[in-house]
Amino acid sequence: MISLLQQTAPVVVEETTEIIVVEPAVVGVPTDVTHEVAQTGLPQLDVSTFPNQIFWLLITLGVIYWILSRIALPRIGAVLSDRQGAITGDLMAAEEFKRKAQEAEAAYDKALADARGEAQKIVAANRAEIQAELDAAIAHADAEISARTAESERRIGEIRASAVADAQTVARDVTADLLTAFGGAADQGAIDAAVDRRLKGAVQ
Amino acid sequence: MAASEEGGLVFHPMDQFIVKPLFGDGPVHWYTVTNVTLWMFLAVVAITLLLVVGTRGRAIVPNRTQSIAELGYGMVHKMIEDIAGKEGLKFFPYIMTLFMFIVFSNMLGLIPMAFTTTSHIAVTAVLAVAVFVTVTVVGFVKNGAHFLELFWVKSAPLALRPVLAVIEVISYFVRPLSHSIRLAGNMIAGHAVIKVFAGFAAIALVSPLSVVAVTAMYGFEVLVGFIQAYVFTILTCVYLKDALHPSH
Repeated sequence: MISLLQQTAPVVVEETTEIIVVEPAVVGVPTDVTHEVAQTGLPQLDVSTFPNQIFWLLITLGVIYWILSRIALPRIGAVLSDRQGAITGDLMAAEEFKRKAQEAEAAYDKALADARGEAQKIVAANRAEIQAELDAAIAHADAEISARTAESERRIGEIRASAVADAQTVARDVTADLLTAFGGAADQGAIDAAVDRRLKGAVQ
Repeated sequence: MAASEEGGLVFHPMDQFIVKPLFGDGPVHWYTVTNVTLWMFLAVVAITLLLVVGTRGRAIVPNRTQSIAELGYGMVHKMIEDIAGKEGLKFFPYIMTLFMFIVFSNMLGLIPMAFTTTSHIAVTAVLAVAVFVTVTVVGFVKNGAHFLELFWVKSAPLALRPVLAVIEVISYFVRPLSHSIRLAGNMIAGHAVIKVFAGFAAIALVSPLSVVAVTAMYGFEVLVGFIQAYVFTILTCVYLKDALHPSH
């Protein structure tokens, strides 16, 4: 406090130019005192340097504030929000791509199912066609077989009939010959009847 | 001078804090260009290099300098938002100015032969008083007389409230004092201790220990320099919160 008062005194004196001659004598004492304070005490408590420090501090703070508020902070803020925007955009794009991929997968699945259905349809159609052909062939074969069977039966019937006729003829002839050999009269009519009677049941 | 000369050991731990003219050896007027001017100017240069030159690329993917600048921006921005809320962001450039000035002054002051501007009470007191005045003015402008509710603790019993009010008012007015002395005191103590340790290096026997001690203290001071800037900033945010939302 004392040094503050003593310090302010010479400053006032300095302002008036007439007393400048007295300055060394007047200033001499307080500067020595201040000097001693600076040497023995904390320089932080040397009040004579306060105006200087405060003046330069205010200028410095003003300059820093100007630089920060005009240039640095808006720029960094813009960069940060740009980055945020880019990240959000990328995430949205990724979401979009994911959606597209899912759509493509669904389309693929659908195409696969369609193809499978188509293939089954074609298989079914082919099977039906083959079945129809097969049925036709079987029917044809059946008809052929039955025709041939009928033919065979007819021929077997013919053969059997001719065989019966042959047997009757042979039997009649043999009977006639036997009668003749034993000296009997061969009555053709009676022979035929007898043979037929006997043959009935044997040949049929 | 005689007081410092003791058996060959030269201790001038406080000489580093002396404010002296940069050119010549005259008296220190308010306009004199002093070492204060030089080191404050260097702080401005360093801040400009980091925050303006370092971010000139405006890169989406930042380089190292831009990352540090963004880190500082993000830290202070988040601090204000977390403590004082969205309304506090109006004061972002102001608080960022304080933080940047203090952190760079503290760090530049750790350069050997440097002058630490934030080790002076005149400097920290101006910073603290500026915060105090700003906060008080903002409090009254925003809330009018309601700002006084800051001192009237509604959650306390009615009988206790006047007592608490006195305590609250005292603590409110002590704020700029503690705010400024905390910073300056930390800076003075750390730098003085380093100088004292360094003074012991003149004795050959203890000089290795002295060098180790100076190194350790230096690392510690780097930490303290940052933490004190952080503390000053965060307290500013807390005071600002009181001004914006005075009710407890």
